[in-house]
Amino acid sequence: MNAPFHEEEALGKIYDRRLMRRLLAYLGPYKLTVVFSLLLVIAASALKLVGPYLTKVAIDDYITQGNVEGLDLVALLYVLALVLQFAISFFQVYLMNKAGQRVMFDMRRGIFAHLQRLQPAFFDKNPVGRLVTRVTTDVDALNELFTSGVVTIFGDIFMLLGIMVVLVYLDWGLALVTFTVLPALFAVTLIFKRRVREVYRKVRTRVAMLNAFIQENIVGMQVVQLFRQEPRKFAQYEDLNRQHQDANLESVFQYALFYPAIEFLGAVAIALILWYGGWQILVGGLTLGGLVAFIQYSEKFFRPISDLSEKFNILQGAMASSERIFKLLDTEVTVASPAFAPGASARQAERGSIRFESVWFAYRNEEWVLEDLDLEVRPGETVAVVGHTGAGKTTLTSLLLRFYDVQRGRVLVDGVDVREWNLQDLRRQFGMVLQDVHLFSGTIASNIRLGDREITDREVAEAAAAVHLDGFVAGLPRGLEEEVKERGSSLSAGQKQLVSFARALVHDPRILILDEATSSVDTHTEILIREALERLLENRTSLVIAHRLSTIQKADRIVVMHKGRVREVGNHQELLARRGIYYRLYQLQYKDQEIAVRNPY
Amino acid sequence: MKELKRLLPYVRRYPRPMIVGMAALVLAKAASVIVPLVLERTVDDLTLGVTVSKLALYGSLIVGIAAVEGFFRFWMRKLLIGVSRFVEFDLRNDFFARLQRMSPSFYQEWRTGDLMSRASNDIGAVRMVLGPGIMYPAETVLITLGAIAFMLAISWELTLVSLAVMPVVSIAVKEFGAVIHKRFETIQEKMSDISALVHENISGMRVVKAYAQEDAQRRKFEQENESYLWSNMGLVKIWGAFYPLLAAIIGLGSAVVLWWGGRMVVRQEITLGQLVAFFAYLEMLTWPMIAFGWVVNIYQRGAASMKRLAAILDAGPEIVDGPDATVSALNGRIEFRGVSFRYTSASGDGGATNGAAEVLSDVDLVIEPGQTVAFVGRTGSGKTTLTRLVPRLYDATEGQVLVDGRDVRTLPLETLRSAVAYVPQESFLFSESIRDNIAFGKPSASDAEVEQAAKRAGLDTDIASFPNGYQTMVGERGITLSGGQRQRATIARAVLIEPPILILDDVLSSVDTETEERILNELSGVLRKRTTLLVSHRISTVKQADLICVLDDGRIVERGNHESLLAEDGLYASLHRKQLLEEELNRI
Repeated sequence: MNAPFHEEEALGKIYDRRLMRRLLAYLGPYKLTVVFSLLLVIAASALKLVGPYLTKVAIDDYITQGNVEGLDLVALLYVLALVLQFAISFFQVYLMNKAGQRVMFDMRRGIFAHLQRLQPAFFDKNPVGRLVTRVTTDVDALNELFTSGVVTIFGDIFMLLGIMVVLVYLDWGLALVTFTVLPALFAVTLIFKRRVREVYRKVRTRVAMLNAFIQENIVGMQVVQLFRQEPRKFAQYEDLNRQHQDANLESVFQYALFYPAIEFLGAVAIALILWYGGWQILVGGLTLGGLVAFIQYSEKFFRPISDLSEKFNILQGAMASSERIFKLLDTEVTVASPAFAPGASARQAERGSIRFESVWFAYRNEEWVLEDLDLEVRPGETVAVVGHTGAGKTTLTSLLLRFYDVQRGRVLVDGVDVREWNLQDLRRQFGMVLQDVHLFSGTIASNIRLGDREITDREVAEAAAAVHLDGFVAGLPRGLEEEVKERGSSLSAGQKQLVSFARALVHDPRILILDEATSSVDTHTEILIREALERLLENRTSLVIAHRLSTIQKADRIVVMHKGRVREVGNHQELLARRGIYYRLYQLQYKDQEIAVRNPY
Repeated sequence: MKELKRLLPYVRRYPRPMIVGMAALVLAKAASVIVPLVLERTVDDLTLGVTVSKLALYGSLIVGIAAVEGFFRFWMRKLLIGVSRFVEFDLRNDFFARLQRMSPSFYQEWRTGDLMSRASNDIGAVRMVLGPGIMYPAETVLITLGAIAFMLAISWELTLVSLAVMPVVSIAVKEFGAVIHKRFETIQEKMSDISALVHENISGMRVVKAYAQEDAQRRKFEQENESYLWSNMGLVKIWGAFYPLLAAIIGLGSAVVLWWGGRMVVRQEITLGQLVAFFAYLEMLTWPMIAFGWVVNIYQRGAASMKRLAAILDAGPEIVDGPDATVSALNGRIEFRGVSFRYTSASGDGGATNGAAEVLSDVDLVIEPGQTVAFVGRTGSGKTTLTRLVPRLYDATEGQVLVDGRDVRTLPLETLRSAVAYVPQESFLFSESIRDNIAFGKPSASDAEVEQAAKRAGLDTDIASFPNGYQTMVGERGITLSGGQRQRATIARAVLIEPPILILDDVLSSVDTETEERILNELSGVLRKRTTLLVSHRISTVKQADLICVLDDGRIVERGNHESLLAEDGLYASLHRKQLLEEELNRI
């Protein structure tokens, strides 16, 4: 939740060649469409030049000559040009959008795929909301760049050049006179661009500061109120707000200056045309229609330039978004399959064994969670791991599935270091039941089956029955096909656990990892869960982070973890007799359960 | 659109820039509609014969008009868009001021992200209504009226013919607008589907990985992605046709003028100059017509955003000042009289999901000034809630909380809260220097006061090791404090203001028992002089308290001092045993 707006602070570039090149690379697969679209843009721009020329022809050849019949043809050509222009523009916009949408589709797919590859450590550090934004809002911000930005700029440039060519063709002398405003035009645009970039940066920084302040105050509002600092915080806020306003007013000022300046230069151009062009008419060097065409062309010339500011906005937004997207895409995948992973068949010898060998692990720096830990689970064995909060139990499961890599030592599955396994193969060996059951949107059945299309409806139903989910499901109007609403809020904690049991059972893993939930459930559900657990643990290697006395007692071995190490190993009676850590844990955590179990009602 | 009405009072605060800006707008537009007339004269003079100096005069006239127009356009933009920035400033202030008045229950209901998006996106959308949303329609109306008036003056016949396409334009805009709106909504829905899927995928990443579901998830995403793509293409088909169609229809007007108007020139019903002017006026009408759809969009978005803002601006704070202004200082006698409490919002605290569950039931308790009272009990037993009622973070559902014999609800919040220093469980620090954080409740505190408070909270040695001592920045732009350091900083913050009532809600959970003992010793001098409410999980913390209350399920089930409670051999005694076991475990 820490300041999602913060990172936007530093970004302020209007144009970044490196980013742009990378963005344009996405257009690669749609090269043909893009090229075709560009050709169409050129055609459309060329057609836009037809109107003024036809006006010239109409005036010079027909209207001033009193030839009414000829006008029909000119008007017809005019309409034809319009229709063509419409058709071409539509087709061009459609094509370019299609390419743009495809690019965004590819980007979203790429980001999502990258997210699937990233290790849990990455997700520990990055809030979900921010990552969702990358896939959604940030990609959408590129829409305009691809659809109106790139192509329109190209079209505009072509049209500007086209107009210049036509002007020179019509009357090079008048064209040169008209072009005398161009240096001023470029100067104004350049100055504007530079100023607007500075102002833009200022605005962005201040928006970020303002938002960070609001965010911090929302989170800490209770403290502000309890210490009655509302007026002081408000004054600080108002100051930031005013700075934000001032930066924006500065930008208003720049724009207010730019538009009229461009318009003014346009008027100067027209004045020059009237004066010099009119003179040429008097001298006989130019026709009246030519003059009118010149005026109309110069109007067309200035429009794209005053639109430039809008293009800046598009570019700025796209640059900021793409920088964030690429930063995510560039995040290194630190936990990945090795280049060559031998097939699972090579490991028939030691099926379903787990071994931790002198494992050292820390989430951060040298704050060791596991210190020189040794632990073995033999094929078919059920091992219960117990320990006080913070003993490092859950970390064991994360290391087995290679959510994280150990700093020292080795974790072996089937006698092979997990780092030498193909990740997907490795994880397929396991069925995992986590403390917090995560349900996906969809039906109960789809949550049991997950994405495995080979699992039949019948197998799902059998698994559900085996973990005693059938009684609950029978009461639902659509049975297993009942929708799971809002991540399972319609299911009780116990029911969710049963669903996750069924999920593990139906995938029939060789090794089961179970992190027992601590949440209390009613006695009836408790009994169902216990029976389901038994069914789940049957005939497979199991590592259970146990919280239930019943589970612990049924295990083949109990491993007691304490402060990142295995301190005691044995069965319930042996360990109790030893009067060590387990004995105390038992009194602290499990003894009450015994009483509760004896008197369930 | 009625949502936008509430913006009127804001705009009314800036009558001068608004009126002057509008006047500038009128003058700028008036100047621009004259230009075609100059063109008309020039062209006509050219056909009849003219001197070069007169041409130069026309040229200077155009430049002169442009200068005047530019001048007014500058002021029009600066003032009218400026007003929208002023109003934005005011709106932001009102928004923040409203947030400052809201009680914790409000913040339980509203997620930070949601509030933030209102503070940024929605205020932005509303501003657009005031800036461009006022300026562009005004321009459109004036230009349209001005241009059409001059066109009519030239020839009503040609005007009618050239504008025959106008109804088609407005029909097109309306029809297209409706379809675009609908397709846009579909896109929004698909977008939120995608967003939900990604959210779910990331929050369930461990399950996804554990069951090697990456490919299955990719397939699922592909479907949503594809459906989003096609709904976007649905809009593109319309959108791609919209502007080219508008341009074509408007261009059709020019073709008609050329064809019909040309004949009129030949028939000498109008002059060639008038025809040229006519073209210029038609050109002027192009942009307003295109902008029309855009402006409609601005208003639609603005209205929706204003509605979302109003939800915050109109939210009434549940907890407001009491009327009794006669008390200025409080001694710190606290009494709970038949207090019951339930969280009203759906997302109630302490794991109560149905919201109706009673967190406190019929609690009676008297705490004398200077007494230290400790509250122990399981998570969710109501300890925290009970202490929250004293500074009125929440109000009791039933019963009364009294300070110095007065119901807290009758006291002004300022009076009440200045008598209470409450240190909540979650230690929150601001991105300021450590000094400013400690002196948060009393910015005028001297260095000596700040240092003393830090010492009492056992933070002084930590601060000495910070890079810039007391000036070290905390948070995003500074150093990251450990959980224990944060807790001690919040204690220092509370101790510094020397309140008659001090509430410490499980504030030493992140420090080890030794540090805890040291801090408690340092604090004992402070605690002795004032009423202290101490919430803790640890027996070691509460042992010394004058009175210990054991809460279970919202009731005080045991009360007494350490020895008497141990003798009672109830919940407290069993908590004590467990804690001894834990301590033993930690020593092993």
